[in-house]
Amino acid sequence: MTETFREGVVVKPYERLSLDQVEWLDDASLRILAEPGIWCYNERAASLFKAHGAKVWEEKEKHSGCWRVSFPSGLIKEAVARAPSRFVLGARRPENQLLLDAEVPRVYFGSGSEANIWIETEMDDFVSVNDRSLTVRVPRFTELRGNTGLLSRAARLCDKLEHLDFFIRPLNIQDPGITPENHDVNKFFASLNNTTKHVQAGLTKLENLNDVVRMAELIAGGPEGLRGSPIISFIACVFKSPLQMVDDTAEKVFAIVEAGLPLVISSSPQGGSSAPIQETGMVAQINAEILAGITLTQLIREGAPVLYGSVPVRARLDDLHDLYGCPEFNQYNIDCVQLARFYKIPCYSTAGVGDAKVPGMQATFEKLFTHLYMAISGAQYIHYAFGLLDRTNSFCPVQAVLDNEQIGKIKQCLREPKVGPSVVEEMLVTVKRVMASSYRLYARHIRKAMRAGEVSSPYRFEAKGLEDRVLEKALDHMNRLESERPPHLDQVIVDRIFDEIPGLLPGLREATEGEEIRYNDLRAGSKLCKSKSS
Amino acid sequence: MQEQELIEKIAFNVVQGRIEAEDEGFDEGLDGQPAVTELLREAVERGLDPGPIVLEGLSKGMEVVGGKFQREEYLIPDMLASAECVGVAMDILSPHLKKAGVESRGKFVIATVAGDLHDIGKNIVSIMLKGAGYEVIDLGADVPTERIVKAVSEYQASFLGLSALLTTTMRVMGEVIEELQKSGLREGIKVLVGGAPTSEGFAKQIGADAYCKDAFQAIDILKNMSSG
Repeated sequence: MTETFREGVVVKPYERLSLDQVEWLDDASLRILAEPGIWCYNERAASLFKAHGAKVWEEKEKHSGCWRVSFPSGLIKEAVARAPSRFVLGARRPENQLLLDAEVPRVYFGSGSEANIWIETEMDDFVSVNDRSLTVRVPRFTELRGNTGLLSRAARLCDKLEHLDFFIRPLNIQDPGITPENHDVNKFFASLNNTTKHVQAGLTKLENLNDVVRMAELIAGGPEGLRGSPIISFIACVFKSPLQMVDDTAEKVFAIVEAGLPLVISSSPQGGSSAPIQETGMVAQINAEILAGITLTQLIREGAPVLYGSVPVRARLDDLHDLYGCPEFNQYNIDCVQLARFYKIPCYSTAGVGDAKVPGMQATFEKLFTHLYMAISGAQYIHYAFGLLDRTNSFCPVQAVLDNEQIGKIKQCLREPKVGPSVVEEMLVTVKRVMASSYRLYARHIRKAMRAGEVSSPYRFEAKGLEDRVLEKALDHMNRLESERPPHLDQVIVDRIFDEIPGLLPGLREATEGEEIRYNDLRAGSKLCKSKSS
Repeated sequence: MQEQELIEKIAFNVVQGRIEAEDEGFDEGLDGQPAVTELLREAVERGLDPGPIVLEGLSKGMEVVGGKFQREEYLIPDMLASAECVGVAMDILSPHLKKAGVESRGKFVIATVAGDLHDIGKNIVSIMLKGAGYEVIDLGADVPTERIVKAVSEYQASFLGLSALLTTTMRVMGEVIEELQKSGLREGIKVLVGGAPTSEGFAKQIGADAYCKDAFQAIDILKNMSSG
């Protein structure tokens, strides 16, 4: 059987660091892991490290339940070398599978974060105070609290965005019935029921893992189906920077790896507070944290599929919040991509975050700055790329639509050059034919390339006159996408999930049924209109 | 091949934008099959009446293409390919059209004015007008004013199209109109201007009859001029 994967874009990576510099950073990370080593708050992990040759001692005086771990470089190197370079992330639709290969710079973009706020956009007409005959359309924004309904909407929209390759829930669910005990099953169900792309999320409570895995098995056709093509994967931020391995996240790492599912070992130090602000210090430290996390996964189970998850950010120096859309962010991140490539582990990276609070010029600048740069780096799996505003605090669906357009252009811009002997021969024939024609115009000879999608289109949301109507047009486009049929799971599977998995909000099932009815009504309505008009 | 079948094939190939057999066209698998040039030659050799070829083959094909363009199924290169087919067909047919009493929609002299070598827009207009059934006399680019005036007189043209891309050469259009005036030719000809720096206001300022933002507008304006 031929396996199909999303195309992504294979780039020729821009490398900021020389090989010497990569090796110096690698060596610096190994030296950090040896001295001062890490502060490990999980006993199982500390014991496992000790059993494999790390020097481990309990830090009794200052902390309770803290073990200092000093890693010999050989232990890290051997463990990291066992991590697979190539694996598949599955999806409900086989053509949405992702092929992650550390040695192929195939770039995929997806959503991310777990913002509390959903920003709704609507256009409103305003009259000039100076000339009552003049009106202008302006976007107005409303903040809504994230809930399962909005997360479902986000997943449905993201399913329709052609340049979004994977779905990480961009919204935190805060419905009245959501508790830490049922948070995971509801967020995974809202996602899986509304997108056919790969679904990835963090795990709120370890105790929920079995229910989440069972839900995914029901959808994937059983335990083997899920392991063969894992439609879900997890993110584990196992380090609290600087260099502290967190107890409950380490337990989650054990459980996820033992469950045979892929995960991201992610670290997100802030340059200027929890890591040095200078490039060398930041990158050496985050790399040390990620290597220690990956080592844990490989000591738990050799060959466990793991992504090198680097989210280094810089502090704003006026308020110490994260600063994403700045040159240092790109520098830190591209260095990490190079290190992941050096270790032959697929890289989970970051782009598309900024300080802008609403869609507009600032958001476009900040996002393009990182979308383009990180794509050029050749990171395999770039998250946070769709719809985030106000750093990672808000998710705005119309911004996701704008990001989709931007990322589409970037993918087209960076695609492999189509230059080769047969193309040259074909081109020479065309040149001769055009030069022999009366007007010497190439226009009619580009039709084949145009039909094959090789020629890019103008910006999708451009206006014709002296007006900026980008948001209005993006909103229209979003409304069209949202009126398409939702990609819900089969009713039989939904019923089984609701029978077997405790804690799911009944509203999610009712909403699913309601959406199907609304969609069918809409279709019936449009057919009625068509038959009336004809 | 029956006459009707031949005409339908001509219309089909206009829609496909296939001038010669080696053209690929829009649909798959047409490569190598006779296209507009080969079909027209066959029609001429067989001495078929050019009237139905123009009306039911070429014009009908262009109507289909126009519809596709309006529905956004076709883009400019598709329109140009089809218009170029009609232009080539008209070149093959022209000696026979007069004999058969089929007249063009009018003679249209077109030029990019002196000092300006940018002729892409002018070429597109030229192709499209030819495709729309006008007899186009294309003088090329960087054409001296006196040559334009001479051509208008020589061909007894009904329409003159002037183009310029540069802000420094657009003023030459005004000089051409002045020269037409001086030569007593202005009354008998409609002058249409176009090109990136030109505008409705500029056209009025220099005394042109119309400003055309693109080839499609030029065709619409000409239709209105003819019906008016």
